[in-house]
Amino acid sequence: MNETTLEIPYEIPADAHNPVEPFLRMDRMPHIWCPGCGIGTTVNCFTRALLDSKADLDKVAVVSGIGCTGRVAGYARLDSFHTTHGRAIPFATGLKLSNPELQVVVYSGDGDLFAIGGNHFIHAARRNMDLKVICVNNLTYAMTGGQTAPTTPSKVISATNPYGVFEPSFNLVALAEAAGASYVARWTTYHVKQLARSMEEIFKKKGFCFIEVLSPCPTLYQRRNKMGDGLDTMKFYKEVSKVRHGARTSECELTKSGEIVVGKFVDRERPDYFELLRAQMTESLGDRYAEPEVSCSEC
Amino acid sequence: MAKGFVSITVERCKGCGFCVEFCPTHVLCLSSAFNSKGYHPPNIVSAEKCSGCDLCGMYCPDFAIFGARYAR
Ligand code: SF4
Ligand code: SF4
Ligand code: SF4
Repeated sequence: MNETTLEIPYEIPADAHNPVEPFLRMDRMPHIWCPGCGIGTTVNCFTRALLDSKADLDKVAVVSGIGCTGRVAGYARLDSFHTTHGRAIPFATGLKLSNPELQVVVYSGDGDLFAIGGNHFIHAARRNMDLKVICVNNLTYAMTGGQTAPTTPSKVISATNPYGVFEPSFNLVALAEAAGASYVARWTTYHVKQLARSMEEIFKKKGFCFIEVLSPCPTLYQRRNKMGDGLDTMKFYKEVSKVRHGARTSECELTKSGEIVVGKFVDRERPDYFELLRAQMTESLGDRYAEPEVSCSEC
Repeated sequence: MAKGFVSITVERCKGCGFCVEFCPTHVLCLSSAFNSKGYHPPNIVSAEKCSGCDLCGMYCPDFAIFGARYAR
């Protein structure tokens, strides 16, 4: 720290604006996320991906469940839905089925997607439903006070395991691959450029896409484990992350302080739910099968 | 002359320091001054080194800073 002034020593061009602003409900700012929380950083990457992919914003919908990350739906200036706990994927599935033209993005946390919503996750992946799932993984249930989540690594101190977590945790990327996802990647909030590129890629990819983003929760995870603040966690990510594209997901388990393997692990073609439905119905019904018509009140 | 510039919305900052740490050319420093919520926002110490790469903007979890290149 040095200077005491907060003056900007030059003129800012009048037409300059933060590229994230057009995508946010700025009247809701400042947001509720804690200082050093990484969720906002993932939102930056998401908006850069929307910009770069030149997606038609009227055809993008964001669906979130409950939790700190669940607030993203409330802040995104897109068609967005803040659903009940764990039900982001079933809601998104309904949205996609009734309006297949939409790019449906599920933006939620690890607690929401893999605990109460875990069953929905594996079945949407199995069906290869055309959804883009972005999971901000802070390794805990943050909004409710830092309890042990299915993702909390062993030995970690949490509100419900004050003497250390002893249950095995989920390896989300391995789970997603085994369940059938077409695209699986993992990054951390330190890897902003790579994360934005992955997010852009899934906009062009058909089928069930999954990106896990490790993100600091200084308030409830790092503090209890004496791991410092948000910035310390970012430096930790920088230090221990290894980019290994195509790595075997079963070998990418997360531990409390060990190596974090990041990269794109799976990018494969599988027929998605719509193709399978169409193929089966045409085979069984022939000419009698008519594609369901999409109708909405405005068209 | 600097290739780019950086703009800071001081009142939105929560002083996390991400922008200061990850600016590749060390344009920023956390100020000792406070904003009205009591956080220390970044301060521009080497404006001439800013490339306008907007990495600070991609890192900032509070949407309080961004960089851009000057139009040619
Ligand atoms: S509790 Fe954790 S995840 Fe939630 S806003 Fe605070 S730092 Fe972020
Ligand atoms: S735009 Fe780039 S060079 Fe300029 S302050 Fe931000 S990170 Fe540093
Ligand atoms: S990254 Fe944003 S919130 Fe953090 S210190 Fe910089 S301007 Fe402030």
